[in-house]
Amino acid sequence: MSNDTVQYLLRLGDNALILSHRLSEWCGKGPALEEDMALANTALDLLGQARLWLSYAGELEDAGRDEDALAYRRNDRQFCNLLLVERPNGSYADTMVRQFFFDAWHHLALQGLCRSADERIAGIAAKAIKEVEYHLRRSSDLVVRLGDGTAQSQKMMQRAVDELWTYTGEMFESDGVDEQAVVAGIGFDPVALREPWLSYVREVLSEATLRIPPADAFMQKGGKQGRHTEALSYLLGEMQYLQRAYPGAQW
Amino acid sequence: MLVRSDAVTTPVRQVWDWLAEVPDPEIPAVSVVDLGIVREVSWSGDPSQECLVAVTPTYSGCPATEVIARTIAETLKERGIPQVRVETRLAPAWTTDWLTPEAREKLRRYGIAPPVGQAAAAEHVVDLSRIRRQGGLPTPIVCPHCGSTHTECVSAFGSTPCKALYRCHACKEPFDYFKCH
Repeated sequence: MSNDTVQYLLRLGDNALILSHRLSEWCGKGPALEEDMALANTALDLLGQARLWLSYAGELEDAGRDEDALAYRRNDRQFCNLLLVERPNGSYADTMVRQFFFDAWHHLALQGLCRSADERIAGIAAKAIKEVEYHLRRSSDLVVRLGDGTAQSQKMMQRAVDELWTYTGEMFESDGVDEQAVVAGIGFDPVALREPWLSYVREVLSEATLRIPPADAFMQKGGKQGRHTEALSYLLGEMQYLQRAYPGAQW
Repeated sequence: MLVRSDAVTTPVRQVWDWLAEVPDPEIPAVSVVDLGIVREVSWSGDPSQECLVAVTPTYSGCPATEVIARTIAETLKERGIPQVRVETRLAPAWTTDWLTPEAREKLRRYGIAPPVGQAAAAEHVVDLSRIRRQGGLPTPIVCPHCGSTHTECVSAFGSTPCKALYRCHACKEPFDYFKCH
């Protein structure tokens, strides 16, 4: 099996793993009990998905690395998640906008993966999309409620949209790994997701009385290729601490 | 659907019956068979041979999955099958459509509103009109305590990934709703 496929699976797994970890940082301090539970449950779904993708990546790689080795023993430059998901939680507005931008993309991406020629990929995607549909419904709903909420919540939501926008462009950039996945019939073309994503996001933001930034704005990129913002290194420092300090620890 | 026809051999039927007594660790009112998460049982009936039980998780990250696999193996060992292999099978993905009618009734009696609607009928398209200024959840959900439809979703997620939290305006009681999935 080609390295490209392993890389492709690592990207899917890393997106789920890193966002899951970010959301878990809210556990016990959400703004309301219901929100706390929702973020923890979303984090749990994503963690389950991450395990499925990373386990498969480890099997195909066939280098003796299981899901745990891949999650806890890789360095920042070896992670290939989107920059968006590693962005710090910030305020609840930042967290919800990040979630909404990602969910809308994730849902489209999984639709593509459900049609994968690789049965295992299609199976994981078919499982995950049911969970992600629920995530998207919830984050869309909250974006509308907080955007079209009080003057303060609207201001915070607009700021979050404007600040996170620059991390969305990367979701629709294709590189050699993506092209190979399309050729092999196992993956989707990220470029093709851009229009449906924009159209959905435009509708929800408009309902939320929020301005959508220009589609041709400057976009950050590099996460998929391992070039991250410094936020990821701090996240990994915490997430990997135990396995780094006590390699192979189990309980 | 379930690989379980009337033509199955007796030992396999026996294993299914034993599994029907294995409770779900999070919702002990229903068994793992009621929930539809046991997908296949294969065993010759010879105790020297391995018994295979294929199980599918409800949600990808459901923490009960590992407990369920362990409980199934322990239960069958107690019944005299020393070699049990519990295999996780992802596809086809679990759906609440597989909950048996008995399971729905057991849930209701336990105080959990059973899922409303058919998950299979839903296309994986998020309908914006359902999101506009409402919770995006199916309504009405019938209160399992008093039967009223005058209920409201309090939280999209409840005590487990498979449930949402509701409240009944008629009897004032909170209750869990088993999400259609």
